Amino acid sequence: MKSIFKGSFAIGMGAAILATATFAAGHSEKAAKDAVAARQAQMQIVSYSTGILGAMAKGEAEFDAAMANSAAANLNAMAKLDPASLWVPGTEQGTVEGSRAKAEVWSDAAGFADKFAALEKASADMMGAADVDAVKAGMGAIGGACKACHETYRGPKN
Amino acid sequence: MRRLLVLFVICAALGLAGFVLLTRPAALDPEYGKTLQPDPAAGQLVFAAGGCVSCHAAPDAAAEAKLMLSGGLPFVSDFGTFYAPNISPDVQHGIGAWTLPEFARAVTRGVSPGGSHYYPAFPYTAYGHMAPQDVTNLFAYMQTLPASSIASQPHDVAFPFNIRRGLGLWKQLFGSDDYVLAGELSETVARGRYLAEGLAHCGECHTPRNALGGLKRDVWLSGAPNPSGKGTIPNITPAKLEWSEADLVEYFTSGFTPDYDSAGGEMAEVVSNLAQLPQSDRAAIAAYLKAVPPVE
Repeated sequence: MKSIFKGSFAIGMGAAILATATFAAGHSEKAAKDAVAARQAQMQIVSYSTGILGAMAKGEAEFDAAMANSAAANLNAMAKLDPASLWVPGTEQGTVEGSRAKAEVWSDAAGFADKFAALEKASADMMGAADVDAVKAGMGAIGGACKACHETYRGPKN
Repeated sequence: MRRLLVLFVICAALGLAGFVLLTRPAALDPEYGKTLQPDPAAGQLVFAAGGCVSCHAAPDAAAEAKLMLSGGLPFVSDFGTFYAPNISPDVQHGIGAWTLPEFARAVTRGVSPGGSHYYPAFPYTAYGHMAPQDVTNLFAYMQTLPASSIASQPHDVAFPFNIRRGLGLWKQLFGSDDYVLAGELSETVARGRYLAEGLAHCGECHTPRNALGGLKRDVWLSGAPNPSGKGTIPNITPAKLEWSEADLVEYFTSGFTPDYDSAGGEMAEVVSNLAQLPQSDRAAIAAYLKAVPPVE
């Protein structure tokens, strides 16, 4: 699974790099802003879904198997989004307003893909959680995946 | 004319004597820690609180490899680029040949075993608060780490900042043994102050600096531009920090903000360090942050 993901990621990034010239020459500014906004929407669903699980883990919300599974499934879907049209080259922090993507997203694309793969696995493990203890047990891996990626690939607050 | 010359020579001699006196590095205390029992296990927590790996691990190291403190991480500043040195227990390239008094003077006074000043990229003004027992434990723990034979890189600093002796003046001007948060404190807040102002050296990034790189202690923790040139380091005084103490403890433990955003960049590394401390220490830092003066 991971290697398939990495393979498609590499092909996707290759295509994206080829497309950059066209992208840069054309309606680049709006397209770049739109790509950043789309990534932020992706991250919004990640944090929203993690919040549902986190509230259950902390006892702030009642455990609800259907809600927990839905949140985990949506996290999983976000981790699997094809990166090529989202992480478009030329949209790092400093070039597009609001972007906090570090240049390492592109210079170390394989490492970046690994981080998404870690979230994909952590969220898959969370799916079908039968009780609150399973949610608690799974939170560490999800939090770890968020943090590990942000540590290397996300810049400071703008 | 001759009188003027004599006057000039006298003034120059006095100035030089004053400079020499004011910039004199702190003396070694050969008795340091002599009566203390080193506890390397406790030192591991001091090491985590101090965030040593965040700067001294090799820049590309991950996980366990971070405990090899071979250095090399560059710190770009207005004064030049500093490189974190090798502080692994290697006898030739690290600190393997140091004694505890030498280590204590280096960490808490910013003076090398050879008697020259360190640049304040090394947060010794914060570590100066460190209790001798913690210094002793830290030294013992660091000797258990793997040695690296990678040589430290020289700093890339131009005149006049390359004259280390001048750092004595900087220390006179901007170093202080006093805590910023003064007055009667609860035991929890006092512990938080020890951790935040001392070991964890939060002020080094979260407090703005003056033109000479000294921390503006009167606007403590009120945020600063990011030295990388991109983004800002936030104001974490009660004027701007709206999280509850429980929110802060959660953030220091898992990296999650109340909105389930997660810590990034340097702060993610800080969280990795703080997560190793007992819950009570994270709660103490949170209580301290609620007690510092609000700065708009």
